Amino acid sequence: MAEANGDVLYASGTEYVSHHLGFLTYGKIDGHWGFAHTPEEATQMGFWAINVDTMLISLILGVLFMGFYYLVSRKVTSGVPGGVQNFVEMIVEFVIESVDGAFHAKNKFVAPLALTTFSWIFLMNAMDLVPVDWIPLFAQTVAGDSHLYFKAVPTTDINITLGFATAVFLMVIYYSLKVKGPLGFANDFLMHPFPKWYLAPLNLLLELPGFFAKPVSLALRLYGNMFAGEVIFLVIALLGWYQLPLHFAWAVFHILVITLQAYLFMMLTIVYLNQAHQVDH
Amino acid sequence: MNLNATVIGQSIAFALFAYFCMKVVWPPLVAVLEERRKKIIDGLEAAERAQIDLAAAQEKAGEDKEIAKREAAEIVDQAKRRANQIVEEAKDQARAEGERLITAANAEIEQQANRAKEALREQVATIAIAGAEKILQRSIDQAANEELLKGLAAEL
Repeated sequence: MAEANGDVLYASGTEYVSHHLGFLTYGKIDGHWGFAHTPEEATQMGFWAINVDTMLISLILGVLFMGFYYLVSRKVTSGVPGGVQNFVEMIVEFVIESVDGAFHAKNKFVAPLALTTFSWIFLMNAMDLVPVDWIPLFAQTVAGDSHLYFKAVPTTDINITLGFATAVFLMVIYYSLKVKGPLGFANDFLMHPFPKWYLAPLNLLLELPGFFAKPVSLALRLYGNMFAGEVIFLVIALLGWYQLPLHFAWAVFHILVITLQAYLFMMLTIVYLNQAHQVDH
Repeated sequence: MNLNATVIGQSIAFALFAYFCMKVVWPPLVAVLEERRKKIIDGLEAAERAQIDLAAAQEKAGEDKEIAKREAAEIVDQAKRRANQIVEEAKDQARAEGERLITAANAEIEQQANRAKEALREQVATIAIAGAEKILQRSIDQAANEELLKGLAAEL
């Protein structure tokens, strides 16, 4: 951003970018609980710390869209739908179609889960379209600390995307055990792709990494795409007045990316859960 | 990029939101969609039924029209026949009346002719008597002659 260049806040473009990539982390450091003042302090806090910024934005967005859906669902009518209901119905029908296409078992949880996943991740990604300084500046003003780290796009935080992926992974394990039973589940690892008992170790070697790669790839795909997009927004923001047309062009392109990534996450969630429900061979 | 408890927080939040969505938000939305689908199906079925009914009604109307046409033609036919009949009857009556009038006229003529003959006969008788009186002039038994003359007149 133009003003940021001349501002004493950031000595260089590098510092500007890296400051925007830092988190507002709350955790225990040097024996007491508090916010990290630098990314190094955040790292020192270890696992038992929380990124207040991404978590807060994530929850605000979650409450916003779920509250919106809730209010709409309170007064839906089967007659001619109004504009808002029409909009929600469009999303719901899109989700139902996606689930019908990829999920072949019966589970009442999958479609609402897909709706939650798609809506929430889409909104988190959409935070990318807000000019990169607005939300951090707002947070800095509220906190009265001009050096506050504040990450506005939750999906550029690996913790958030991994949180989604972990939940999906646990659901996959839960439904696999529930539908196939422990033996059936184990069978998936030991008897595929080669259905010979003496090849079980080889099967395990092939299947196990693939199984654990699912949540990791799910989390990293979303995180990677959004993080890269965010960095490019930050670099564009360093260009002074030239950033305006560039920012616009990148934002227009990014509309495609955020929608596609939200859709991909939803579809993969559905596909993984479908695999968990598949009893065959 | 350091992992921390945000992973757990987001996982829990995600699970809670998804659960809330399934329990509270999803059912009414889907129920409404299902209800509308049913309404549309019912509407389409009703439209189809109405179309079939319309076709049947149109067919029935066509049939009724044909029947009415046939009946109308029959009635016209009957009326024509009846008219002809009436004309024929009138003609017959007129003919009969004419014949009756002719007969009556003929009878009248005959009667009048007879009457004239009668009168003529009487006059002839009178003339004859007068002539005979003039011829005989004298003493002729009026009564005896009259008897004779009357017999003569009856022979005319």
